[in-house]
Amino acid sequence: MKKQRFWPIMMILLGAIYFLLPLFATFEFSLRERRGEYSFDSYNYVLSDPQFRDSFVYSVALALATIVVSLILIVPTAFWVHLKLPQLRPVIEFITLLPFVIPPIVLVFGLIRIYSRPPIVLVSTPALLVAGYVVLSFPYMYRAVDTGLRAIDVRSLTEAAQSLGASWLTILFRVIFPNLRVSLLNGAFLTFAIVLGEFTMATMLNWPTFGPYLALIGQNRAYEPAALAIISFGLTWICIGLIQLLSRGSQEQGQLAGTR
Amino acid sequence: MSFLELINIRKSFGATAAVEHFNLQAEKGEFISFLGSSGCGKTTTLRMIAGFEQPTEGEIRVGGVNITNQPPNRRQIGMVFQSYALFPNMTVADNIGFGLRVVGKPATKIRSRVEEMLHLVDLPALGRRYPHQLSGGQQQRVALARALAIEPRLLLLDEPLSALDAKIRISLRNELRAIQQRLGITTIYVTHDQEEALSLSDRIVVMSKGRIEQIGTPFEIYNYPSTSFVASFVGTLNILSAKVINADKGELEIAGHHVYTAEPLNHHSGVDISVAVRPENLEIGSNLVESHNTIPVSINQVSFLGAVVRVRLQLADKTLEMDIFNSRHLKLPEVGTEIQVSFPKEACLVLKGS
Amino acid sequence: MVDKVLEKNVKQPAARPRKRKVRLEWLGVVPFLTFALLFLILPSFNLLIGSFQDETGNFTLANIGNLFQPFILNSYWLSIQVSAVTALGGVIFGFGLAYASIRGGLPSWVRGALMTFSGVASNFAGIPLAFAFIATLGRTGFITVLLKNMLGVNLYDTGFSLYTFWGLSLTYMYFQFPLMVLIIAPAIDGLKSQWREAAENLGATSFQYWRYVALPILGPALLGAGVLLFGNAFGAYATAFALTGGTLNLVPIQIGAQIRGDVLHNPNLGYALAMGMVVIMAVSIGISMLLQRRTARWIQ
Repeated sequence: MKKQRFWPIMMILLGAIYFLLPLFATFEFSLRERRGEYSFDSYNYVLSDPQFRDSFVYSVALALATIVVSLILIVPTAFWVHLKLPQLRPVIEFITLLPFVIPPIVLVFGLIRIYSRPPIVLVSTPALLVAGYVVLSFPYMYRAVDTGLRAIDVRSLTEAAQSLGASWLTILFRVIFPNLRVSLLNGAFLTFAIVLGEFTMATMLNWPTFGPYLALIGQNRAYEPAALAIISFGLTWICIGLIQLLSRGSQEQGQLAGTR
Repeated sequence: MSFLELINIRKSFGATAAVEHFNLQAEKGEFISFLGSSGCGKTTTLRMIAGFEQPTEGEIRVGGVNITNQPPNRRQIGMVFQSYALFPNMTVADNIGFGLRVVGKPATKIRSRVEEMLHLVDLPALGRRYPHQLSGGQQQRVALARALAIEPRLLLLDEPLSALDAKIRISLRNELRAIQQRLGITTIYVTHDQEEALSLSDRIVVMSKGRIEQIGTPFEIYNYPSTSFVASFVGTLNILSAKVINADKGELEIAGHHVYTAEPLNHHSGVDISVAVRPENLEIGSNLVESHNTIPVSINQVSFLGAVVRVRLQLADKTLEMDIFNSRHLKLPEVGTEIQVSFPKEACLVLKGS
Repeated sequence: MVDKVLEKNVKQPAARPRKRKVRLEWLGVVPFLTFALLFLILPSFNLLIGSFQDETGNFTLANIGNLFQPFILNSYWLSIQVSAVTALGGVIFGFGLAYASIRGGLPSWVRGALMTFSGVASNFAGIPLAFAFIATLGRTGFITVLLKNMLGVNLYDTGFSLYTFWGLSLTYMYFQFPLMVLIIAPAIDGLKSQWREAAENLGATSFQYWRYVALPILGPALLGAGVLLFGNAFGAYATAFALTGGTLNLVPIQIGAQIRGDVLHNPNLGYALAMGMVVIMAVSIGISMLLQRRTARWIQ
């Protein structure tokens, strides 16, 4: 039975064009800074711009803080729910899915409204932004950890460790974490990719991160935005590439969505 | 002219031949099994009959008409898949009626045919259920009803019972045979389970590495295996190496003991050959019947299996198996003792290609 | 997320006789629940309350009623149009791509490459995506210039503009169809080849197979994915903001403007606007979950 391969090939070609043409066009555009010849001037400009470095470093720091807080919140919770409170699982699952229902623009609206006046004023510290990012990371992080926990037999591992006299901390750090390494890294890289380019919350809370910097350059420069788009694309590619490299062999497709 | 003819079929995938030199003539109403281990080409052959694969060479005829190049949806050949392949979005009744619906049969006709089929497979009340609400055995009955509803010229079954529990497997097997005989439908049954093939078939095609090893009735296949592959694949066998002493008298030497076959041998004296004895043909005792072969052995192990007691015997450096029927008066042989066992001349099978 | 939606909630029966211990065990989830309460639930709840209050804090339904003024209705309508068009486009194109790569008889690396591209592209959104499309289809973009120089066609004379409805939709498609590919691939994998063979074997044509078997089986998954894509576009802010600078009257843009300053001259109306968005998102995600669960029963 010979299948007609014409349509599949046409379809894939069309997809490849849709996917690659904007990238190629952006790259070509980013080289047009000098009249009449291609050059990397726009990249030079961006990379030597102190604001680029500052905002990038700032975003990286926020991303790392987000990952740490998210891991500290999600991993013990998911572990505990798996082990002791399975009846609570639908609730936790529901909460971690809420950020899909409440878009960042709405969430940040609510955060500003609550934390810009007493009793708790947080809008003046970046902690509020990190908190918002942690909430954004919930669906991805919880899902990654949950999948990882499901793949190992948490109960047996824990009981085996307990019977050998291990404490809870020892169990978490010496038994569970090492077995979840791939899942945790998956969640971490995805969170990193999301936070790095996040714009909505950062601009509303007024912090000089990478996202608002991009918007600023977009308003003031002609060819540099294209260079920045290429750089961002490369960074996304690295994060997703690392995830795929890590989860090679396992079936899951862990990376859905980001910040629109 | 036979009803189904497979003439010199060959199928290659790239450089490897999945099926070669396949010739088969099946009569109307016959139940034929393709028996072999996985990768022997039995399923590929079945799929060529269904039309899902094109033979690289050769011809397939049904009722004298060449169907080799007919698309599968025009062949009117029913097929039952290993994984049932019921359409999950349709009720049992819709599944069974599907083949009639797509050719535009009127709704009343479809309904009565579905009803008839549900009774045939003994599921009269389940027409409105969905496949995921049924057990595996019920699903496979529905699949059978669906294949039969279109009144196919041929029924093809691809390991239909292998996903089921042992108990259901046996009852469904008997039912399948009863339905097949009632309808008189020509059936090809693919299996790797020798017990299934032996109990169901009019004839068995034993396959290995894409070729036919032997075609014969279950009786012939079991008692007169023509190749060492068939002998070892169907049933348990003790295979012993022997030296031909006197070909005309059928005299052999096995581990220093003289043994006779029922027929003269086609080998030269002094040649090494392989002979086989089935476990159930061995008996404790010497010269029970005068013409029987007798050999001395020691007892290694006795396993009580219920209806049968399996005894492991040591003959020089070889281990043999012997099955004896259980009875209340049976005295179990003791491990470590030396005994004599005997077997009829006819039970001594000389294997081809040895 | 999709897998999560697909799987059934396996509730294990709680151990009964250990009632006293259960209380202590709940302490283990307190940090997470507290955090979620403070930074997710309270803020949302606060907006919800606010949308039913007037400026002095008294209960009122006026904000909800005020949502039905033409300006706000228009923004909802435009958001719904953009989301619906890109969801539909994403479903069709994404499904075609995924199906072609999985069942098209193409070498297996095609699928691997498509999945990786989709993973990257579905995450490549926001400001950089807007930049990429400006560089491609903007007034001096690559394709615009190419068309002008090679064919003498000025794209912007034909009525097209990147900064309008269709331009925005085209840009959204860049993250919509890869998301569709990722969501629908497991469902296509679940479509057993034996179903096709069984249908053919029973005399069905290729069209009949799609009409009676494949599409009904995939239907809920396709619809569920479509609704998810709808929500995905509906909540998008950064891309629209960077592309149009706020000239398109979309709901997220309006909420953004409201946060930056009281453009509606009534903060509580802003909260109602945001809540309306949450309601639409909740309904769409809820429908999507229900439909996915139904497919899960068919495709194990």
